[in-house]
Amino acid sequence: MATEAESAEGSRSLSETGEGVRRRDFLYVAPVAFAGVGAVAAIAPLLWQMAPPADVQAQATTEIDISKVQTGQRIKALWRKQPIFVAHLTPKEIADANAVPVSSLRDPESLGQRTQPGHTEWLIVIGVCTHLGCIPLGTAEGENRGPYGGWACPCHGSMYDTAARIRQGPAPKNLTVPPYKFTSPTAVTIG
Amino acid sequence: MSFSWAKPYEPKHPMMRWLDDRLPLPRLVYGAIGGGYPVPRNLNYWWNFGVLAGLFLTIQIVTGITLAMWYYATTGGAFDSVEHIMRDVNGGWLIRYVHMNGASFFFLVTYIHIFRGLYYGSYKAPRELVWMLGLVIYLLMMATAFMGYVLPWGQMSYWGAQVITNFFSAIPVIGEPLRVWILGGYAPDQAALTRFFSLHYLLPFVIAGVVILHIWALHIPGSNNPTGVDVKDERDTLPFHPFYTAKDGWFAAAFLLFFAIVVFFAPNWLGNPDNYIPANNLSTPAEIVPEWYLLPFYAILRSFTADFILPAKLWGVIAMFSSILLLFFLPWLDKSPVRSGNYRPVFKRFFWILVVDVLVLGWVGGQPVKPLTVAVGQIAATYYFLHFLVILPLVSKFETPLPLPNSISESVLHGEEQESAPAGSGRPGVTTVAG
Repeated sequence: MATEAESAEGSRSLSETGEGVRRRDFLYVAPVAFAGVGAVAAIAPLLWQMAPPADVQAQATTEIDISKVQTGQRIKALWRKQPIFVAHLTPKEIADANAVPVSSLRDPESLGQRTQPGHTEWLIVIGVCTHLGCIPLGTAEGENRGPYGGWACPCHGSMYDTAARIRQGPAPKNLTVPPYKFTSPTAVTIG
Repeated sequence: MSFSWAKPYEPKHPMMRWLDDRLPLPRLVYGAIGGGYPVPRNLNYWWNFGVLAGLFLTIQIVTGITLAMWYYATTGGAFDSVEHIMRDVNGGWLIRYVHMNGASFFFLVTYIHIFRGLYYGSYKAPRELVWMLGLVIYLLMMATAFMGYVLPWGQMSYWGAQVITNFFSAIPVIGEPLRVWILGGYAPDQAALTRFFSLHYLLPFVIAGVVILHIWALHIPGSNNPTGVDVKDERDTLPFHPFYTAKDGWFAAAFLLFFAIVVFFAPNWLGNPDNYIPANNLSTPAEIVPEWYLLPFYAILRSFTADFILPAKLWGVIAMFSSILLLFFLPWLDKSPVRSGNYRPVFKRFFWILVVDVLVLGWVGGQPVKPLTVAVGQIAATYYFLHFLVILPLVSKFETPLPLPNSISESVLHGEEQESAPAGSGRPGVTTVAG
């Protein structure tokens, strides 16, 4: 068993023989660590440059004129290079959407939560399937709207209802509702 | 490098001696692919596909560099520049068709090369790193091929880019920001096209670098062989040059004939006609299908149709990536000390079932989503994982392998007669040659 005096003597002799931690070790570690942090920091701008540039971010808002969209009609618009579906819902489509118990849905949301107060007949969603990003069919006249009367994705068979909620197929979420506001009764700003 | 009887390089011309003293490059080549590299004498034609893969990598780099002299990586100009190459550039149609089909053939020979390794146990000790470096090359090839497919900016290019980059959005929390970062925008656009071009140009050279590591690691123990028995002495080997240079050369010529038939007579046989329609970001093609060499993975991706704790989409992506990552653990999943499938009767059957299973997955991946194809895909995908995670470990535990030959030379020089009677089995007159 070592006494305190012996261990203190031991550590002194270690530093004298050049073992253990020395000032020189610090001199090696400090600059290498400093250079290492610097090298890692230099990677940051190389990665950051890949994020969306200012001009892409500047396309963040789109104006849509909805004055000519008849009841029951659906149109496509473009926002951030992604399609936007604007659907002027018929009373039947609204009734169909409200008839479904919200708790039975994969991504539970009511039509009211997916539209704006006073504009429940206007459904506005990003037209990108939440599975792998295809554009669901059903916006243009005569396209397949699937068994729920909403949209049908041609890629992997995701079916959406009249409130663009996922009902069947691999997509995990409802079609995303983008941020938007009615700037007048006939114009919408997305973004 | 590998064996004690490997001949050292002896420069004959004074110029070569002068060079050897200063930069021993000829010595390196001689020891790697010349008379100084001993190779098992019993390699069959399945062993030619590694060299062929190297040949197709070279073809892709050479044709790719020339295509880049005419290609514009702009969303407005890419499609037209490819058509310009096809119609107006001197011999442009040939170079592009060679590049396009070269990618398919690169994958074809690589798949044969991989399955040869699976059958003959080339992934087992001491070649685990050779196998793993090969898988790294394979992953890099898939990334390169995907980005190359985006460059013509046709409908399949665009929607392929959309679907593949959406894999990343399956990752919880960081998925969507990661996808936007990869694309440099919210949907595939100029930023994505330019960076894919940049990386598509870079990655083949990275592949070439990993190929050098792959060959370096291979040359430490030397090639495996159809018996799977280790090389024991000089009678088991032949120098790489002239024996295997000649065999590889003749086989490459024969195989290129087959390649030429496709390039000249059926150049669009393996492609998708939708990619001759310019990209339209408002219209998804009716059926998005990847190139044939990615179809088995696409089938695994689509096999998940219901949520189970995690969303189905995330399961699909996890399963697809695991199907390849799992192969990194293969050297430790198959514990049988016998390498070659020729001496493993049970393993051999399951190997061929796996081949059929992967072909079925490939077929499913190319079919529209219907209840029947999804069910077949689910069974085939399950079997794929069962093969590696359950069947292989169990087979290596319970199988009784056939007796191995004493040595490579004995199996070659004495034929099948004595292969079934190893040393110590008590049959007389067996050990005379190998001593």
